[in-house]
Amino acid sequence: MYQLYFVLQARALTSQTAESDAIRFLVGTQSLKFDNQIHIIDFDDENNIISKSVLQHQAGEIWHISASPADKAVLTTCYNKTSESRVVTCGAVWRMPPEWESGSHESPDDPHNSHNPQNLELLCHLDNSSHGNASCVLWEPMGDGKHVISLADNHALLWDLTESSTQATISSSATLEGKGQLKFTAGKWSPHHNCTQLATANDTAIRGWDLRTMSQIYCIENAHGQLVRDLDFNPNKQYYLASCGDDCKVKFWDVRNINEPVKTLEEHSHWWAPVLRCRHTRTGHKHTHTHTAWPARSLGRIKQPPMAED
Amino acid sequence: MDGDINATAPGTTPPDSDPARKRRVHGMLKLYYGLNEEGKTVDQAESMDPCDINGPHFDPEVYLNKLRRECSLGELMDQETCMVKQIRSLDSDMQTLVYENYNKFISATDTIRKMKNDFKKMEDEMDCLSTNMASITDFSARISGTLQDQHAQITKLSGVHTLLRKLQFLFELPARLNKCLELQAYAQAVSSHRRARCVLQQYSHMPSFRGIQDDCHAIMDKLAQELRQKFRDGGSSAKDLSECVELLLQLDEPAEELCDKFLSHAQSRLEADLLGLEAELRPPLSSGPTAVTDPYTGPARRLSVEPTAGSPTGPSSLNNPFLSPSSRTDILEFIDRGCNEFVSSLCLVIASYQELFVNRPQEGELASKNIPQMAIGKLHAFVDALATRYFSLVERRIQEEKSVGDNSLLVRALDRFHRRLQAVAKLLPGSAVPSQGTEIVVRAARERIKQYLAALQSFYLNSLTDVRQALAAPRLGGSSAGGGSHLGGSATGKDAPASLPELLSTLSASILNQIKSVLASVHLFTAKDITFSNKPYFKGEFCSHGVRESLVVNFIMFVCQSSRQFCESAGDRGGSTPPALLLLLSRLCLDYETSTITYILTLTDEQFLVQHHSPVTAVTALCGEAREAAQKLLNHYVKVQGLIISQMLRKSVETRDWVNTIEPRNVRAVMKRVVEDTTSIDVQVGLLYEEGVRKAHSSDSSKRTFSVYSSSRQQTRYAPSYTPSAPMDTNLLSNIHKLFSERVEIFSPVEFNKVSVLTGIIKISLKTFLECVRLRTFGRYGLQQIQVDCHYLQMYLWRFVSDENLVHFLLDEIVGSTAHRCLDPAPMEQSVIEVICERG
Repeated sequence: MYQLYFVLQARALTSQTAESDAIRFLVGTQSLKFDNQIHIIDFDDENNIISKSVLQHQAGEIWHISASPADKAVLTTCYNKTSESRVVTCGAVWRMPPEWESGSHESPDDPHNSHNPQNLELLCHLDNSSHGNASCVLWEPMGDGKHVISLADNHALLWDLTESSTQATISSSATLEGKGQLKFTAGKWSPHHNCTQLATANDTAIRGWDLRTMSQIYCIENAHGQLVRDLDFNPNKQYYLASCGDDCKVKFWDVRNINEPVKTLEEHSHWWAPVLRCRHTRTGHKHTHTHTAWPARSLGRIKQPPMAED
Repeated sequence: MDGDINATAPGTTPPDSDPARKRRVHGMLKLYYGLNEEGKTVDQAESMDPCDINGPHFDPEVYLNKLRRECSLGELMDQETCMVKQIRSLDSDMQTLVYENYNKFISATDTIRKMKNDFKKMEDEMDCLSTNMASITDFSARISGTLQDQHAQITKLSGVHTLLRKLQFLFELPARLNKCLELQAYAQAVSSHRRARCVLQQYSHMPSFRGIQDDCHAIMDKLAQELRQKFRDGGSSAKDLSECVELLLQLDEPAEELCDKFLSHAQSRLEADLLGLEAELRPPLSSGPTAVTDPYTGPARRLSVEPTAGSPTGPSSLNNPFLSPSSRTDILEFIDRGCNEFVSSLCLVIASYQELFVNRPQEGELASKNIPQMAIGKLHAFVDALATRYFSLVERRIQEEKSVGDNSLLVRALDRFHRRLQAVAKLLPGSAVPSQGTEIVVRAARERIKQYLAALQSFYLNSLTDVRQALAAPRLGGSSAGGGSHLGGSATGKDAPASLPELLSTLSASILNQIKSVLASVHLFTAKDITFSNKPYFKGEFCSHGVRESLVVNFIMFVCQSSRQFCESAGDRGGSTPPALLLLLSRLCLDYETSTITYILTLTDEQFLVQHHSPVTAVTALCGEAREAAQKLLNHYVKVQGLIISQMLRKSVETRDWVNTIEPRNVRAVMKRVVEDTTSIDVQVGLLYEEGVRKAHSSDSSKRTFSVYSSSRQQTRYAPSYTPSAPMDTNLLSNIHKLFSERVEIFSPVEFNKVSVLTGIIKISLKTFLECVRLRTFGRYGLQQIQVDCHYLQMYLWRFVSDENLVHFLLDEIVGSTAHRCLDPAPMEQSVIEVICERG
C-alpha cells in the first residue's frame, strides 16, 4: 500500500472519522531534525489511486493523532516539544486550513520542492503541564466534537471544548494509583454504552473506566506478557475488545469475562509488536459488516492480517 | 470240415467230458436216425452245402468229385485215412450210448418195485398211532374232572388268609404308629400309614374302620406336628432335615410351603451373616475412650486400612496417634469373612435345598406336581435376592478401598470372592450370581486403574512441588521431603539435590519407578493363579484398554498436558512458574519423546501381552505429544527469560532522562546485570541441553566496531563517518537495506539446544531494547551512553548465540535508532568506547 518517504518516519495514523465520502487517512510524521508534517492521504478505491496533501505541523514530532468525529477539519495531536534540553509531550487541537484541498497536492517524486505547505491553525492547547506528558488524545466517538480525553502519564483527563474548539477546560479527571511510575500507554473511548466507557493500557494491564464516575470498572492484569501497545473496541459488539502487545500477540477480550481472552493470535513472530497497531477498521464507506483487525507497521507499511474476526 | 476233423480225431477224450462234443454226437445220431426236426433251423445255413459231410444235404457224388478235382493223390490218401478213422470212432460212440441207456432203464424198474413194498408197511403203523392217541385223551379228561373241586377250595382259603392279615395290620396300626412315634421312627410310621391309608379311606363308611382311621389321623397329625417342629427348629443335621422334609412331603404337606419355610429359615441365618458384614462396614461409633476426643479418627481410619502398606511414617499414622490399627478389618479379612460365613452357608443351603426338593427321585403322585421346577424358581429368587445384598455390601467395601498401597491384598480378596462364587455357579447352574460377581471384580479393577491413575497424577504433581521447593531453596536440602511420599515414599525428598541434572534424573527415575510399581501392582490382576484372570475382560480389555490406555497412556498425556498448562496459565498471567522448572520439564518431555515413552509402552505391552482388539494410541502419537509439550515449554522458557531481561532493559531506558544525561564514564550497571543474567541462564540451560551448533566466529568478535548509522558493514564506505550534511543518504540506505535484509524472527520456536535457547532470549531482549529506544529522545551523551552499553553487550553476548551477526545486526539497529532519535547526534570515538568497556 502506501509508503511514506523513508526520511520521514511516522508513528501516528488515524482515519478521518467525520469524512463520509472519501477514504482518507491522516498521518503524522516524527522527525527531530525537520519540521514535522501531517499527510492527508486519499485513497480512491474505485480507481485504486492514492493521493496525498501535506500540512505543516511545526510544533514538534507527532506521537499520536486523532480526527474529530464532528468536524473533518479539526484534529488533535500529541507532539514532542523540545525546549531547553527538556522534552515534553503536549496535546493540542488543530484546524486544517480550508484551502488544503484546493491544490496543495504534492508530487511524490519531489518531497522538498519549494512549494510551501500550509500550516495548521492552532485552536487550543490541551494544557496539562500539571499532569505530565500526554500520550494520546481521544475524541468522543460519534460525538459533536466537544469532548476529548487526554491520557497524560497516569491521569485521564476529560476536556470540554467550546463551540469553536478554541478553549478547553478540564471537566473531570481520573488518576491511576499504584506503586511505581504508572503511565498510560494507550487508550480507546468505547463507542458503546452512550460513550461512557474508556479503556486504557498501562504496562501489561488493560483497564476500563466509567466516565460518569471516573472510576475503574475492570482491570485485566497481565493482559499481555509484555507491554500492551494498543487496543480497540469492536464497533459492532459492545463487550469485545482487541489488544496487541510487545509479546507479538493479538488478543480478543470479552470484558464481561476478563480471566481469559476469547481468542489469541500468536502468529506474528516476525511482526514485532511495537510496529503493530490494532484497529477495527471499517472498510471504507461501503458499510459492509466485516471488520478486520489490522496490525499495521509504524513505518508506514500496513500488512494484511492472517485472519479477520468480527 | 477241418475243425470237425480236428475235434473228433483225437478220440481219447471221454465222450461225456465235453458237453459240446456230446451234443454234436447226439446231433449226428439224430441225423443218422432221421430225427432232425429240432436242429433244422440251426443247421439250415451250413447244411445247404452238399460238400458238408456233416450237413443234411451231403451229396457223396459232389463231394467225391470235388475232392478228386481239388486234391492230389497224397491228399486223397490222407483224406481217406481220416475218413475211415472218423467212421470208426462214430461207430464206437454209438455202441457206448446204446449200452448206457439200457443199464439205466433196468435200474429204474428195480427202484419202482421196491417203493411199492415200503408204502404198504407204513400205512399199518399210522393206523396204530391214531388209536393210541385217542385213549390218552380219554384218560386226561377223566383226571381233571376229579381234581377241580379241591383247587377252588384252596384258592378261596388263601384269599381269606391274606385279607385277615391285612385286617390285622389295620387293627394294629394305631398302636404301631404310637410306638413308632415314641421311638421317633417317623419313617416307619409314615410308610405304614401310607400303606393303610387307601384302604381306610375306602372302607371309612364302616364304623370299625372309621375308628381306626380317626385314630391314625390323630396320630399322624401329631407326628406331622412333631416333624414340623423339628423342621422349624432347624438345629438338626442336614440329613435329619432332609428326612424330615421327605416325610412331610409324603404326608401330603404342600411342597411350596415347605420350600418357603425352608428358605425363610435359611434366610434368617444368612441375614445374620450379612448383618455381621454390614456391621463391619459401618464405622464403630467409638473405638475407645481416647477416640472420642480425637476428631480425626472417623475419616482417617480409612487411611490406615493396610497395615502392610507404605512407610511406617505415613501421614495418617503420624496425625492419628490414637488410632488402633485393629479397629478395622482389612478387605481380605472382610471378604474372607463374607466367604466363610455367608457364601459357604449359602452354598450349604443351596446344596441341601436341592437335595431336598430338586434332586429327589420322584415317585407316585408327587412327580406330577412338578416340584423341581417350582423349587428351583424359588431357589433362584432366594439366592438372587441375598446375593444382591451381599454384592452391595462387597461393593461398598471395595469402594472404601481407596488407598493404592498394597494391591495384592485387594487382588487376593477379589480372587477369593470370585473363587468362592464359582461354588455357587457349580451348585446352581444358570444363576446370574457368578456373572454378577465377575462384574463386580471387573468394576473393582476398573476403579482400581482409575485410582492408580489419580495416584500417579498426584505423585507427579507432588514431585513437581518437591522440585519447585528444591529449586526455590537449593541450600535448604532435605526440608522438601514428605509431600511426594504417596506410594511408599519418593526418592526426591531424601537428599534434596540442588542441581538441575540431578533433579531431573531423580524426578524422571522416581516417576518411572512409580509407573513400574503401579504396573506391577496392576499386573496382579492378570496373574495366572488368580481365578478371574482368564475372564475375557482381563485377557483383553483390561490389558489393552484398561492398563495401556487408561493408565499408562493417560498418565503420559497428563504429564504432557500439565506441562503445557504451565505455559498457558502461568505465561502471560502471573508467571509464577520458576523458569528453571520450565526448563527441567522441557527436558523431561524431550527425554520422554526420545526414549521413555517407548520404554514404558514396551514394558506395558510385554508385561500384559496386550492384544489390541480396538485401536490404541500409537507410540508415535504420544511421542509427538511429548515433543510438542517439550517445544512449548522451551519456547515458554525463552519467553519468560527474555521477558525478565527485557523488563530490566525497558525500565533502564524508560526511567532515564536521556536528554540531560552526563557524558558516559562507565557501562551502566543494568548492562552488566544483563550479561550476568545471560551467563547464568547459559549455565542453567547448559546443564540440561547440549551445546548446539553455531556459525563460524570471526577471529575476535568482541573487538568489532559499530557503524553508528548503518545497520550493515557494507555501507561503511558510503558513510565512513557521520557528517551532518549526509543523514538522508545513510538513513535511506539503511532503510533500503532493512527492506532486503532477512527479517529477524523474534518469537520463533527454538531448537533443543543451548545455543538456540540463548539466541532466542537474546533476540527478545535486544528487540525490546530497540523498541524502547525508539520511543525516547536522546541528547548527545545519551547516544554515547547507548553506544558504550551496546559495545559492552557486543563484547559479551556474541558467544552465546548461534549467529553472532544477529547480535551485531540488532545492536547496530539500536545504536542506529538511538542516533536517529538523537537531538545532537555526535557519536563517541570507538577507541574511547573500547577503553570504557574494558575498564568494566
